[in-house]
Amino acid sequence: MGMAAVESQFHVLAVDDSSLDRKLIERLLQKSSCQVTTVDSGYKALEFLGIESNDPNALSTSPQEVEVNLIITDYCMPGMTGYDLLKKVKESPAFKNIPVVIMSSENVPARISRCLEEGAEEFFLKPVRMDDLNKLKPHMMKTKLNNQKLEEIEKPLNVAAAAAAVEPEITDSAEVGSKILTLQSELEPKQVHLQVAQQEEQPLGNNKRKSMEEGLSTDRSRPRFECITTGV
Amino acid sequence: MDALVAQLQMQYRNYTVSLYQQGFLDDQFTELKKLQDDASPDFVAEVLSLFFEDCVKLIGNMARALDQTGTVDFSQVGASVHQLKGSSSSVGAKRVKGLCVTFKEYCEANNYEGCVRCLQQVDIEYKALQTKLQDMFNLEKQIIQAGGKVPQVDIN
Repeated sequence: MGMAAVESQFHVLAVDDSSLDRKLIERLLQKSSCQVTTVDSGYKALEFLGIESNDPNALSTSPQEVEVNLIITDYCMPGMTGYDLLKKVKESPAFKNIPVVIMSSENVPARISRCLEEGAEEFFLKPVRMDDLNKLKPHMMKTKLNNQKLEEIEKPLNVAAAAAAVEPEITDSAEVGSKILTLQSELEPKQVHLQVAQQEEQPLGNNKRKSMEEGLSTDRSRPRFECITTGV
Repeated sequence: MDALVAQLQMQYRNYTVSLYQQGFLDDQFTELKKLQDDASPDFVAEVLSLFFEDCVKLIGNMARALDQTGTVDFSQVGASVHQLKGSSSSVGAKRVKGLCVTFKEYCEANNYEGCVRCLQQVDIEYKALQTKLQDMFNLEKQIIQAGGKVPQVDIN
């Protein structure tokens, strides 16, 4: 991993227990010029990231040096749901800043709210389409920008300083470190202006995501496929 | 040669449009076609292959779950129906998806006869779709063999 001197592709980890849907999301992401890794369960996703999952069947490997820029996961999966995965990721100090997108075949307002409240970036109704993925372009641009900025700064620096740029801790290169942090925060508001070319307002997309026509369902504890709604 | 290609292309167009008009396919199928390109030239066929594998597997599950002497576990049937509904939705198999919606309701109502009927119907329906799509793919092959290109079919 190390320094982002080489501009790498935006890497998405896609999680879905359906092989058909995995194939679909993989193709959609490839068409959007992303690097894609697909796994068939939340447990495997955590394994891939290197987060302890407490799954007895998980391979006990040491955490891989993977850089994942976004996680997109199905909601309804056996064992660990997409929501469970979202929580685990957001609870993890190392990975909580990775944007997580939830996909679901069911339009359940309570489910959507719960996911967004837990920190999900977006909620897509299945079947997911290119239009939906276009909403993720800002995230891709932001990561690309971060990589480019880091590249520019690293050129005149030695290795130690560059390492400080990647790690949030500021050591000797305090000045450099704070410079990086300033740039990082500068990037946040700038992100909005970048989208002119690509980000067309998609009112239909928003409605699709946040349809609240149906009544709210109450939360219940979770047997295997509770995520399949009955009454709602 | 050109006359044959033109004729095959027209046949192909008409056939494809009819599949949409008769409700076999919906616009999700169109989306699948958009994802096929030189980098992934067999994408649609591969996805459909996964879909039909799902059909066989899930319908098998449903049949077993409904074949219990004694009490039927409708939630088990429902779980398979839910998955089939998802798959059919992902490929644009409109009629199959519609049947799954009805089927799901019968599961929730613990309606045995309704479920059995739906099971039979969904089995017939996915096989009918498979035949139709096979015919469509055959037409594509014929066009290519005759030296032509498979036309983009505008449904609207």
